[in-house]
Amino acid sequence: MSAGAVLTATGLAKSFQAGKRRVQALDGVSFSIEPGVVTGLIGPDGAGKTTLMRLAAGLLTPDAGTIEVLGLDATQDSLAVQAALGYMPQRFGLYEDLSVRENLDLYADLQGVPRAERQARYDELMRMTGLAPFMGRLAGRLSGGMKQKLGLACTLVRAPRLLLLDEPTVGVDPVSRRELWAIIDRLIRGEGMSVLLSTAYLDEAERCAVVVLLHEGRVLDQGPPQALRERMSGRIWAVSGAGRRHRDLQLALDGRPGVVDALVQGEHVRLVTDAAADARGLLRDAGLTDARLMPLPPRFEDSFIDLLRALGEPDTAGLEMDGVAQDASENGDTVIQVDNLRRRFGDFWAVDGVSFEVRRGEIFGLLGANGAGKSTTFRMLCGLLPASAGSLRVAGLDLRHAAAEARARIGYMSQKFSLYGNLSVTQNLAFFASAYNLAGKARTERIAWALREFVLSAYAEQLSGELPLGYKQRLAMACALMHRPEILFLDEPTSGIDPLARREFWRRINALARAGVTVLVTTHFMEEAEYCDRLAIMAAGKILATGEPAAIKALARTLAHPEPSMEDAFIRLVEGDAVQERAA
Amino acid sequence: MMASRRGGPAMRLGGLVRKEFLQIVRDPSSIAIAFVMPLFLLILFGYGVSLDADHVPVALVDEAPSADSTDFLASLAASHYFAPVHARTVTEAEAALRDGRVNAIVHVRANFAERLRRPDGAPVQVIVNGVDANTARLAQGYVEGAWGSWLARRATERGQALTTPARLEQRIWYNPEVKSRHYLVPGLVAIIMTLIGALLTALVMAREWERGTMEALLVTPASMSEILLGKLIAYFVLGTGGMLLTVGLAVFLFHVPLRGSFWVLWACASLFLLAALGMGLTISTLARSQFVAGQIAIIATFLPAFLLSGFIFDIDSMPAPVRGVTHVILARYFVSIVQTLFLAGDVWSVVLPNALALALMAAVFLGITWRKSRKRLE
Repeated sequence: MSAGAVLTATGLAKSFQAGKRRVQALDGVSFSIEPGVVTGLIGPDGAGKTTLMRLAAGLLTPDAGTIEVLGLDATQDSLAVQAALGYMPQRFGLYEDLSVRENLDLYADLQGVPRAERQARYDELMRMTGLAPFMGRLAGRLSGGMKQKLGLACTLVRAPRLLLLDEPTVGVDPVSRRELWAIIDRLIRGEGMSVLLSTAYLDEAERCAVVVLLHEGRVLDQGPPQALRERMSGRIWAVSGAGRRHRDLQLALDGRPGVVDALVQGEHVRLVTDAAADARGLLRDAGLTDARLMPLPPRFEDSFIDLLRALGEPDTAGLEMDGVAQDASENGDTVIQVDNLRRRFGDFWAVDGVSFEVRRGEIFGLLGANGAGKSTTFRMLCGLLPASAGSLRVAGLDLRHAAAEARARIGYMSQKFSLYGNLSVTQNLAFFASAYNLAGKARTERIAWALREFVLSAYAEQLSGELPLGYKQRLAMACALMHRPEILFLDEPTSGIDPLARREFWRRINALARAGVTVLVTTHFMEEAEYCDRLAIMAAGKILATGEPAAIKALARTLAHPEPSMEDAFIRLVEGDAVQERAA
Repeated sequence: MMASRRGGPAMRLGGLVRKEFLQIVRDPSSIAIAFVMPLFLLILFGYGVSLDADHVPVALVDEAPSADSTDFLASLAASHYFAPVHARTVTEAEAALRDGRVNAIVHVRANFAERLRRPDGAPVQVIVNGVDANTARLAQGYVEGAWGSWLARRATERGQALTTPARLEQRIWYNPEVKSRHYLVPGLVAIIMTLIGALLTALVMAREWERGTMEALLVTPASMSEILLGKLIAYFVLGTGGMLLTVGLAVFLFHVPLRGSFWVLWACASLFLLAALGMGLTISTLARSQFVAGQIAIIATFLPAFLLSGFIFDIDSMPAPVRGVTHVILARYFVSIVQTLFLAGDVWSVVLPNALALALMAAVFLGITWRKSRKRLE
């Protein structure tokens, strides 16, 4: 451990009681963070990031091990530690019924900032966050991105030596995310602050000086992200051609021995091979001799996937799915038609003139930040919420008149999974089967099918509330498929689950689409947009662009930036829209 | 910024109290519990609920009208306690009782006038609907009373001495008009302060946990006692406001006499409020969701204050085990103080022991809160 470390954790362990189970949130975690840089605490939900943050802030007592912050023991001297650090909890710690200025005043009082110094500090913070025009606005009326920046400003009213940020970017739009990172960079360079930031977004790891990879309470690896990434060089390939569509290519490669990861990305399949495997040989074994192979630079996520794969079971679940579609009729006809759809809440248009079409067997994505209107659009499509204006036809039925009939032909998986936590897996399945009028033998068969296809047999009698997140998600999807719907709506299905579970989930979605099920999915993960056949980018209730992922990315292509990412395209579209608004 | 120039506890407490007041002012649910609920309860108990029987519908059956029987029944009809309905036969009156049109039947037999002159006297049959036990007892009592005074009047008119060995001379002290409103409305002060002190406080603390703001407060230099004190001060002021509103309306709108000293009332109310706040804060250390905190606060503070404090139901007529339970009900002590201060005056033999009990309970609950709230999330 370095002598200059601002935070040193040694053998930290912490467990919690959750129902009947004891959950080991942290299990022998040791690392240290250097002054003057950003250290990223990277891991999926349930990895133990928040527990670690709270231990560092002296809010929890470890079961074993020690954590030293700024030369003080965070457990023994918690008051002294709290006086020296800044901590922004996940929900920003803002009082929604207080204005921006009142929130700042409160935290300035609590931090003991002398009144004479406040105005200068506020000015500086407001300049940094761009909140100056909103000083009088109630915090509850700010957008997600602005709340996040105000939360940060509140923890910065007195410049702390160490700043702890617990998932500051979750659910925040990409533009705000970029701005937040700019602020953090400025704090580190300008004020010499040290930052510990936790995130579930793997692409943010690349912005950190050092990362600590957490998985199920243990440190998988730590070091500069470049070092972790470089380990993967020579193992990443773009596969294309062989006269096949990218999704078929992926299917042929995914789960084969020697393949660490195979993802659809744009026009090609991004292949990550085992350290020992030879990519050419792999393609040959897969019967893809004439496929084109092009080396790609590694990404941080590749090393994470590689580490996770090394840990555990090979998983090939969900590659094929039987018994999903009601009738495998011809692909290509329009099954969802939305025309100028609008929905108002009070004087606020949550969805403001949205039009698109989805064809049978297509995977259609709605991409946007929290509050863009994705979930509202979804609820209207499922007949759960009446539209204020516009027309929408689902499976050939007008939802205004035949909502119940249409509902029988669609499956819906909501953001929070909508499972009965105190019912077992089988009981949940039985309930949803009955809700869709399945009884007797048909129901028994369907339950057996779900347990088999979603590999849930081992958990059949367990309460669904006690399942790990990835399994909850599988169960929720199984419940939505009990009645063999033609169309499946998935609302933010993958938020918070680890990258492996996410891959498995997309494999199932692909299999469903191949079987003729139309899939609509909302997401705020930019890279997930790449897995869709077509997508619409939404912001502030409007669709900014619709098309194939490659076409959307092409919108952001410039001479200086010939290979823009989906995030680049998104930011460009949103900013372009904002410019138009201002001009109008 | 140098650490030496940092503001201290006074600045932190000031910030916390200011924040609480801003939240109270902006949060409609605080306003509702602190001011709308009290008004609603006052109007309900001041105008709506009354434990006095008034205009009880009574069926009068006179089988053979005579001068005596008509005179007796007329005396009943003249009383404001009764709303008479004349029935020709007992069967008709019984039907009316069954249908709920009347609450009692007064039945005068055909031989009433004749037997009145015999030494063993004339029986008058009274049938009372006993479903509502309270009204039944009152109706029964009123008929007996009316019968007694009618006999007395009749005797004096005829210059005879009434042949009863002993006479009951009634004097009603403290509430001579025997208006239930006069003891219900002062008791409401206790109910309303329980709402503000325990329910509202437990809810707002739980809300801080629910919205994640508590976590942010905990990592500031503010100590747990400062955070608690901030809440205590703000809701103490709000509770005092609720008390003043209720006492003011009781005295000026409902004309309940305040015979004791206002300042004694103020002091006792402050003690009670501290204890109620202590309970609210204790609940919030147990329950961190608004739903659970609300449930516990209603079951542990509001309902007992309503039912077991002597606010409506007399404690002395409760069965012994229930009476035992009332000793741990905070509101019990305060209800007897307010009822005494309002209606009887500064009776120190009642006020002091009850005030002592309040002080003790305030100390216990605030002590528990102090010990239980550590600056930790567990």
